[in-house]
Amino acid sequence: MNRETIINLLIALGLIAVPLWAIWADEPFIITLATKVAILALAGVGLNIALGLGGLVSFGHAAFFGIGGYAMGILASHAQNYTPMMEWPLLIEGTKSMPVIWLVAVLASALAALLIGVLSLRTSGVYFIMITLAFGQMLYYFAISWPAYGGEDGLSIYVRNGFPGLNTLDPAQFLALCYAVLFVVLFLSSRLAKSAFGLALSGARQNEDRLRTVGIEPFRLRLVAFVISGAVTGLAGALYADLNRFVSPTMFSWHMSGEIMVFVILGGVARLFGPVAGAALFIVMEHLLGGISEYWQVFLGLTLLGVVLFARGGLIGTLAGRKVTHD
Amino acid sequence: MTDPVLVTHDICKSFGALQASRDISLDLRPGEIHALIGPNGAGKSTLIKQIAGGLRPDRGTVQFLGRDVTALDTAARARMGLARTFQISALAMEYTVLQNAVLGALGARGGVFRFFGNVLKDNDLRSAAEAALDRVGLSDQAGTVTGELSHGQRRLLEVAVALTLRPKAFLMDEPMAGLGADGSKRLTGFLDGLRDEAPILLVEHDMDAVFALADRISVLVYGQIIATGTAAEIRENPEVRKAYLGEEDQ
Ligand SMILES: Nc1ncnc2c1ncn2[C@@H]1O[C@H](COP(=O)(O)OP(=O)(O)OP(=O)(O)O)[C@@H](O)[C@H]1O
Ligand SMILES: [Mg+2]
Repeated sequence: MNRETIINLLIALGLIAVPLWAIWADEPFIITLATKVAILALAGVGLNIALGLGGLVSFGHAAFFGIGGYAMGILASHAQNYTPMMEWPLLIEGTKSMPVIWLVAVLASALAALLIGVLSLRTSGVYFIMITLAFGQMLYYFAISWPAYGGEDGLSIYVRNGFPGLNTLDPAQFLALCYAVLFVVLFLSSRLAKSAFGLALSGARQNEDRLRTVGIEPFRLRLVAFVISGAVTGLAGALYADLNRFVSPTMFSWHMSGEIMVFVILGGVARLFGPVAGAALFIVMEHLLGGISEYWQVFLGLTLLGVVLFARGGLIGTLAGRKVTHD
Repeated sequence: MTDPVLVTHDICKSFGALQASRDISLDLRPGEIHALIGPNGAGKSTLIKQIAGGLRPDRGTVQFLGRDVTALDTAARARMGLARTFQISALAMEYTVLQNAVLGALGARGGVFRFFGNVLKDNDLRSAAEAALDRVGLSDQAGTVTGELSHGQRRLLEVAVALTLRPKAFLMDEPMAGLGADGSKRLTGFLDGLRDEAPILLVEHDMDAVFALADRISVLVYGQIIATGTAAEIRENPEVRKAYLGEEDQ
C-alpha cells in the first residue's frame, strides 16, 4: 500500500469517526457539517474528473450543481403542491423520491454538459475558462428571471425527500446516505482513473500530439469526461438542495464554481481524495475562522495562495508526495 | 513493381513569405528506407508534419495505401497505419515508460471508451507494449517516469510507441538525435531489420546512419527536393555536394 492510499484511508476514517462522535455527543450541527462536506466533496470529485484527469479548467461547474439542485427543487415543489409538471401530451407529476430525483438530476446535468462541452471544448486555456464561466452565468441569470420557480428567492421544500427504507429526516441517516453516494462515486472514479479511458484522457492532458499520433482524437474523450464530470456534480447539487431543503440561483453563481474549484486545488488536483480533503478543510476553516472574523476568506485566500505557490499537489500532495501512477 | 505505400504530390506550404515546402513529390516503397536529408531549416520536419496530418498543405496531396488522405486528420491517418516519431519528443511525460507504450497499444487496438477495468492489467495491451519496449531495449526502464528518461531514451520510447501501432509505414524525424555513438549504432541495426515490417521515411542528420541504411536518399534544400537517388548517386551528385554535403566537409 502506498502512502497516498494510507492517507486516503485515514481521511475516510476521520470522515466516519467525526460524525460518529457527533451522534454520541448529540451534536446535530456537526452532523450537518459533515453532510455538507460529503456533498461538496462529491461536487469536487465531479470537477476533478474534468480538471484533474482531463486538464479541463472548467469555471462553470456551478451550472451542473445548480441544475441538480433545481431538478430536486422543481420535482419536489410540484409534488408538495400537488400540481403536475405537465398534463399534455402526457401527464408528468413531481416526485419526492430521491432515486428518481437523482436520476433526473444526473440526466439533466449530463445533457447540459454535453451541450456546453460541444460548444466549449474546441477552445482551450483562458478561452475555455471564460466560455464555461459564461454558460454558468447564463444559467444563473436565467434562474433569477424565471418566476415559475421562485426567481431570485429560490424554492423552499418543506420536507426532505425520501429514500426507500430510510428515514431521511434523521440527520444521521441522511448523512449515511450521502456518504454512501460519495464512496460509491469515489470508487468508480478511482477505477476510471486507471481504466483505458483514464489513461487516454490524462494522456491527452499531458500531450495532445501523442494522443493523435496513436490514433485517438482528444475531443471525444474530453467531451465524455466533461459529461461524466457534469453529471457527478449535478448529483451533488440534488443532494445539496435536499440538505438545505432549499434551492436558489446562488447555486448557479460563479462563486459556487470557484468554491468547487477551490476544494479540488486545496485538496490536490487529480488526487482521488483531493476534493474530500479540500472540502473538509474548507468547511472547517469556514466555521473555525468564520467564528473569529467575518473576513475569514482572507485566510482562505492566503491558504490557497500558499498551496498554489508552494504545494502544487495540495493537501494530499504535500502529505503523500509525488503521484504514483504505476501499478 | 509494387505500388508505393506513401506518395506526396507537389506539396506546397508557406509560412508568410517563407516557402517551407515547394512542390515536393516523393514516395515510399514497400521494404525500403527512404532518407530525407537537408540542412537545418530546410523544411524536413514541416514535410513530415504534412504527411502525418498535423499541418495542412497549401497545395498538393498526400496518398497513403492508395488513398488520398490529404483531408484526414492525424488520428485518422494513424489508425490507417501511419506511425510517426517526433524530432522533439511528444510523450506523456508524467506517465511511466510502460504507460506510454500501453497508450500506443490502446490506440492501435481501439476500445478507449472502457471505464472500469485496469488498463495496465489488460494482457493484450500489456504484452504488445512490453514486446515493443523489449525490441528497442527499454524493458529495464518500464517503470521509470518518462520525464526522467535521458533525451536518447525518449527517442527510443517514441520508436517503441510507434511499434505498438503495427504500422504500414513509419515517419521518423531524427530518431538518432541524442543517442550517442553506441546508441546510434544499435538503433541503426534495429531500423535495418524494421524496413521489412514497414517502410521508413527517415529524416536524419547522422550521415553514417543514413548512408548505412538508406535504399534511397532525397535531399531537401530551401523547401525543394534537389535530388533523389541511391547513396552512391547522392554522394556523387555535384549539386548536392555544393548545397549540402560540402558544408559537412568544412
Ligand atoms: N509553424 C511555423 N510557422 C512559421 N515558420 C515555421 C513554422 N514551422 C516551421 N517554420 C519554419 O520553416 C522552416 C523549416 O522548418 P523545419 O522545422 O521544417 O526545418 P527542418 O528541416 O526540420 O530543420 P531541422 O534540421 O533544424 O530540424 C524553418 O525556417 C522554420 O523556422
Ligand atoms: Mg526538423
